[in-house]
Amino acid sequence: MSLYYVQKLLYHLNRDPVQQQHFFEDRDTVFGHYTLTEEEVDALRKPDIGLLYVMGVNAQLLMHYATMSGYDWPQYIQAMRDGIDQYGPVREGLYAMQDGKGAI
Amino acid sequence: MSLVYAGTCCHSPAITSRGEMADPQLRRQLLEAFDRQRQAIEDAGAEAIVMVSSEHFANFFMDNMPTFSIGIADEYYGPIEDPNWLKIPRTTIPANPDLSLRLINQVMQSVDVCFAQEWKFDHGMSVPLHFLTPQYKIPIIPVNINCQSKPMSPLHRSWALGLALREAINSAPEKIALIGTGGTSHWPCTPDSGKINEAWDRTLIDHLINKRKDALLAYTDEDTYREGGGGAFEIRTSVCIAAATEEQTGEVWFCEPIPIYATTCSILSLYQQPLDLLT
Repeated sequence: MSLYYVQKLLYHLNRDPVQQQHFFEDRDTVFGHYTLTEEEVDALRKPDIGLLYVMGVNAQLLMHYATMSGYDWPQYIQAMRDGIDQYGPVREGLYAMQDGKGAI
Repeated sequence: MSLVYAGTCCHSPAITSRGEMADPQLRRQLLEAFDRQRQAIEDAGAEAIVMVSSEHFANFFMDNMPTFSIGIADEYYGPIEDPNWLKIPRTTIPANPDLSLRLINQVMQSVDVCFAQEWKFDHGMSVPLHFLTPQYKIPIIPVNINCQSKPMSPLHRSWALGLALREAINSAPEKIALIGTGGTSHWPCTPDSGKINEAWDRTLIDHLINKRKDALLAYTDEDTYREGGGGAFEIRTSVCIAAATEEQTGEVWFCEPIPIYATTCSILSLYQQPLDLLT
């Protein structure tokens, strides 16, 4: 897992429209600038918002990536719930403090 | 001059992005409370607002995350979010780098802080400013406390930062308002978004307005996360303002859970300048 670099990529995309445009034009080149596992690249490429959440991506970063990928708010929330059902509890990061499933 | 007004307010982006979806009466009461706080700041003659918030990865990341940071830019810019989503137009926001420098130098006498000469405001600053200085007429000194990524500083350091800010503000000739933003229960952007722990929020707010230092510093991150969600780590900002205004009992100007805004919205007045100090 290289959760740090997944989040760093999303941080850069969220705050820099030029990098965001470059990413959606040529994702593979941008992926090459970060230390990512194959699973992470696949989750980012699809995108699989649910898997990214389960990997531990901070939702303050993930929300913006979902939005720029075309998700509206209900779709984004549902994607995370589906991710927990499909992949299990959050593996690391802020939301892994309890059972990894959030507060409910 | 000194501190002329202090308070806290909510900063949920939904207050502007999903504004009209709330119960109309609750929204009207919330906006009236925001306006009361705006008026209090203006009536106090504030020449600058020191705004203590917790940004959400707009400027700071885990490659070099500052525990505390104070802006020292010539001007600021915001919101960083899509303005069509947040429904707040992007603009430059006035600063006062000379005042920033003096405050930072004074704060550093007791608390280590980073400084930032570039700062893009996210909703944590932009939503409160939209209501408290809608014409952006008052220079802003932004202060950030890391509440997003662990490790986070213990609450007694937020208390120490509040004391240091108060001493620095009192050493400046300008009339200064101090505002903290965020901090009640919320589970932002997660599958639990919209969940609110009203009882936990009301207990916290009672401790804040009564400046119960021991009770406030007794909150642990584990308890806070369990009862208030990841967003409640932002209690660091309101603890900071409570410390800075310890000598006065505060007032609750608004406190109601608004689920579509995903949190208990609150407007607290924590310090008003005593009449004998008014000029």
